Amino acid sequence: MKKTTFAIIAAAFAASGAMAQDVVRMGSEGAYPPYNFINDATGELDGYERELGDEICRRAELNCEWVINDWDTIIPNLVSGNYDTIMAGMSITEARMEVIAFSQNYLLPEPSAFIGLADTDESARDTGVIAAQSNTIQAAFVADSDADLLEFPTPDETISALRNGEADAVLADKAFLAPYVADSNGELVFLGDDVILGGGIGIGLRQSDDALRDTLNAVIDEMKADGSLNAMIEKWFGPDHPKF
Amino acid sequence: MFSFCTDPSVLPDWQWFACYLTNATHLQFYRAFGVVLVLLAITAPVALGMGMLGALALRSRFAPLVWFGKGYVNIVRGVPDIVFFLFVPIALGQGIEWVMHQINCPDWDQPIRQGNDFIVCREAKVPPLNSAAWVYQLYAFLMAVVAFALVFGAFAANTLHGAMQAVPRAQIETAEAYGMTRAQAFRRIVLPQMWVYALPGLSNIWQILIKATPLLFLLGIQDIVFWARELGGQKTSLFAYPHPDWRMWYFLGLLCFYLFLTWGSERAFARLNARLSRGQATAAGERMRKAAA
Repeated sequence: MKKTTFAIIAAAFAASGAMAQDVVRMGSEGAYPPYNFINDATGELDGYERELGDEICRRAELNCEWVINDWDTIIPNLVSGNYDTIMAGMSITEARMEVIAFSQNYLLPEPSAFIGLADTDESARDTGVIAAQSNTIQAAFVADSDADLLEFPTPDETISALRNGEADAVLADKAFLAPYVADSNGELVFLGDDVILGGGIGIGLRQSDDALRDTLNAVIDEMKADGSLNAMIEKWFGPDHPKF
Repeated sequence: MFSFCTDPSVLPDWQWFACYLTNATHLQFYRAFGVVLVLLAITAPVALGMGMLGALALRSRFAPLVWFGKGYVNIVRGVPDIVFFLFVPIALGQGIEWVMHQINCPDWDQPIRQGNDFIVCREAKVPPLNSAAWVYQLYAFLMAVVAFALVFGAFAANTLHGAMQAVPRAQIETAEAYGMTRAQAFRRIVLPQMWVYALPGLSNIWQILIKATPLLFLLGIQDIVFWARELGGQKTSLFAYPHPDWRMWYFLGLLCFYLFLTWGSERAFARLNARLSRGQATAAGERMRKAAA
């Protein structure tokens, strides 16, 4: 009996083309702290997604390797097979679901926030110039509103645009903005209430990669159940961040 | 790097900077300068070779070869570099994998394109599955060399073709009068003399090639522009070395690097030009002859 089960599993793996011992290449951006960033002391990718990804790979007994790729080409390089997953703070949206598949979310739908210089009026949210990273849910949100959208390829550049007066406000994930506000000695402030965007953050996968998606979903389920995922969220995002 | 770097937040300024400028990310930044120089050193001769082949095709008496040369030169020169650089790595990468797939997996029954996905069998993956990370990096680098050589080879082909045409007809006629064949006349008369005509154009292309290397960044190679932007961006207290937006200083550094590189190559070209003009029936050659006399 045991032997047959094993044979079936082995056959399933062989058919899917994704053998257990294959290296799984994990794509990330490395420019969105605390989700993913390049640690300046070690030169390695670091952050919540690095730690979570490594833990998922350990539990699923996958051999994983990280690849850093520019945000704007992160989806084309996934579908053409340069790497196998995306863990880059990517929210699950309808538009992206048409091109790639997602695992279940490993972060709940999160608050996005506007920040501005200290004396900015809150009305800038609706009528001003808002900087956002291109191809993000925040950029899509601003494009649909009455405010003017100013897009940048990296999240860091949105903050600079705010500082030098090109933009009136920045819209981004609150967890990304919080350290900038905290470090600015009152120069930068949150404008008004948070907005909840997107369907949470998940691991991006090729639509044909069902086996890998099932494996990852199973491990994320396990980590949600035993509380280890929440502990990791608390470590990287603080106690106030939404938890499972 | 240094023994005192364990906790940068308590260091005095000069030590902080000593640690900061030698941390792991900066070492990768410095290595990226080497990558750019290696790319230039490899791409320039390859592009010149492509240019020579292109120029020979343009000169050929075999019509299809001429059409091929014209097609190559005009298509590549007509398409913006940036479009080409976005196109080549993906198209070439998929093309190679497609060919490998046809060779290695003839009885594969699933379609290669499934919706948006490009899927080939395990044996067709390039680089091979489970290769080390450096193999992937080398592959990306070679893609970059091919993309640069294709683009700059087309410009070089046009320049070299023009230079071959510029060699005075009388010289070739004399060669023919001595009974040389077309190939002999080309090898002994045209080829040695064309360089002086080609040099200004080639030096232009070389300078443009230097200035085009930041496009590496588009090819997924973490080049100096990537690192300047990454390192210069504001670092919050989440990082070991927090600092405000310093991109201006990093880009200033890049500016100096590129200026130095183009200044050095300008000097090298000036010397080369003097060497090639010696004894030539050109204005520069004539001046040298008079100065010596």
